[in-house]
Amino acid sequence: MYRYDEFDRTLVRERVAQFRGQVARRLSGELSEDEFRPLRLMNGLYLQLHAYMLRVAIPYGTFSARQMRALADIARRYDKGYGHFTTRQNIQYNWPRLDQVPDLLNELAEVEMHALQTSGNCIRNVTADHYAGVAAEEIEDPRIYAELIRQWSSLHPEFSFLPRKFKIAVTGTPHDRAAVKVHDIGLHMCRNEAGEPGFEVLVGGGLGRSPFVAKTIRGFLPKHHLLSYLEAILRVYNQLGRRDNKYKARLKILVHELGAEAFTELVEAEWAELKDGPVELPAEEIARIESYFAAPPYETLTGEALEAQNREFEVRRFEDRDFARWLRSNVAAHKAPGYAIANISLKPEGGVPGDISADQMDAVAELAERFGFGEIRASHQQNLLFPDVKLADLYALWQALGRHGLASPNIGLVADIIACPGMDYCSLATARSIPIAQAIGERFADPARQHAIGELGIKISGCINACGHHHVGQIGILGVDKKGEEFYQITLGGAADENATLGKIVGPAFGYDQVVDAVETIVDTYLDVRAGGETFNQTLARVGFAPFKEKLYAAH
Amino acid sequence: MPLIKGDRIAEDPWITVGDEEVLPEGAPAIVSLARWRAERDTLAGRNAPLGIRLRADQPPGEIAAELDRFQVIALEFPSFGDGRAYSYARLLRARHGYRGELRAVGQVLRDQALFMRRCGFDAFEVAAGTGVAGWREALGEISVFYQPAEDGRPAAHGLRRNGNAATPTPAADAVHDEDLGPSSPERDLSTERLGNDGYR
Repeated sequence: MYRYDEFDRTLVRERVAQFRGQVARRLSGELSEDEFRPLRLMNGLYLQLHAYMLRVAIPYGTFSARQMRALADIARRYDKGYGHFTTRQNIQYNWPRLDQVPDLLNELAEVEMHALQTSGNCIRNVTADHYAGVAAEEIEDPRIYAELIRQWSSLHPEFSFLPRKFKIAVTGTPHDRAAVKVHDIGLHMCRNEAGEPGFEVLVGGGLGRSPFVAKTIRGFLPKHHLLSYLEAILRVYNQLGRRDNKYKARLKILVHELGAEAFTELVEAEWAELKDGPVELPAEEIARIESYFAAPPYETLTGEALEAQNREFEVRRFEDRDFARWLRSNVAAHKAPGYAIANISLKPEGGVPGDISADQMDAVAELAERFGFGEIRASHQQNLLFPDVKLADLYALWQALGRHGLASPNIGLVADIIACPGMDYCSLATARSIPIAQAIGERFADPARQHAIGELGIKISGCINACGHHHVGQIGILGVDKKGEEFYQITLGGAADENATLGKIVGPAFGYDQVVDAVETIVDTYLDVRAGGETFNQTLARVGFAPFKEKLYAAH
Repeated sequence: MPLIKGDRIAEDPWITVGDEEVLPEGAPAIVSLARWRAERDTLAGRNAPLGIRLRADQPPGEIAAELDRFQVIALEFPSFGDGRAYSYARLLRARHGYRGELRAVGQVLRDQALFMRRCGFDAFEVAAGTGVAGWREALGEISVFYQPAEDGRPAAHGLRRNGNAATPTPAADAVHDEDLGPSSPERDLSTERLGNDGYR
């Protein structure tokens, strides 16, 4: 895991002190709210419906047990005992008081964390594959590059006042878990013909009001040119991105209006000037960062010991159906023999997606130390995971998680819903999302039923800004307001992986009381018509929308 | 509008001349791009220093071939959030080799000061009443930089490679008298270069 050195520590400390000064100037009235707004946003502080909300960065979703304990402490002292994991691998607190925020940030700095650039029109906290470093088919650990981007983008003097927010995601495997195609810049590691690792560079993806899937502007970028190429893209965007209309200000609109080809030409021309310049990464710096992400000391079992471990694991799996079910949905293959990736669902029945109590945070920290080298990951699906758990420890881990309400066997299943805060918390929302997520979770509460349905992603947004990523849900739900009444538009067939697609609207919207029935009808129809092991999108591609429409609207 | 250069309010001999206004006889004048284009010969033949003011939608590439005509280039910030001129400033310094005064005009607040200076600005037209003390404080708030820019300060990765430790945070009252930099030796060098001699 990356550890701060003196430079990182100094910068974060100074940034906290700077923000403390800005807060003091706001409280004294020297700064108006209009002047303070962009300053607080650059430090992750939003004004929400009821109070301030602080978004804390978890760069590329990797953090430690020690950091989790600090997050728990902050939840108790500054929030109401809760934290909320977001779709961008961050954590949010909903009730901090403005005058206390600098102290809160100081506590974060103690454990090498910050809220830098988690909002505002700047380069946001960079995200990466949550299985980074442990996925079998990985070319290189994307966190090396995500950390380099984190540093390069922090307080970037040229790119802190962009036309709009700017999101970068990095993934290191052919299968994309980081949704790079719906980011302003997606970096997908690949190899060139000589077998050297580098990046496919994609630009102009994004959801929101005008969703776009990113386009490739460079098939292969040698990795040491990463920062000069990013600087070229950002410089073109900073000069040409629209500033007359905030809804047309994202990079995706510029790429769309210019056309990907013309945009590529501008970037390549700018890059020709920046390439091999001072921003370029020296190989030693890449190697230095890389050394922080070395694998933990895995135990290599052989012969009888390995067999004994496997035998015990198999017996547990055979004897305990609940454990077997959890393994099937929540545990993923690991690159090291004898180890597994254990996902922790933050989507319990009736819960709020992504919410976690301070006590649960402490429990997760303790279990990470006991079973997972003290390392925790946050996924953009608003769940957590331990990347390195011994097969032999999975049973004890599962039991312990269960005692804290953290063993819901539903990762990737119908109850693993992504939802934005919606009208319950957000001032932009036009409809509720959390109660819809809860009601769907209750409707499909039976784990056996969820497992019979199999992988199925439902995503819910409470307004067209699409924070719940409904466009890329296999089933997407968008809450809209029609003359003061909440309605929900359903889209089908979205995906955010390497085959990213935007879902298409299935038909007229449903009322608040009908939307859960509609989702159930869609799921039942899918089960009726699916062939063999087809996924939802495969079935949809084969049969089209007709069977779904028929069932949904036949009675109307 | 007060002008801040280095660490203090500076005399501003320049007169920003509107497109319809008469040019001041023998005095330094800043004109718009439109006026420069329309009256290039007259302006070039004038016996006084000339400056140009570019709007946020006028990238400096428009005058790249004529930079030696201008002793001042003023870049407009129409609002706090409009960051185009940060790119323009870096392009002028690094790409086009401009070494004259680079002046930030428009909405210029202390919270942008450090970013502006890092991008190559060395003169700032601020609102009346802007305290120089606050401005100095703002420039000293951050001492570590992750990326190279146009202020000659080394990026953290370069310092790491050379085995240097991070320079300690300068206390607000320890700001050097002669310029805005904190008091470490390497910092003084870069700020002197910036404040007094323009750019390398």
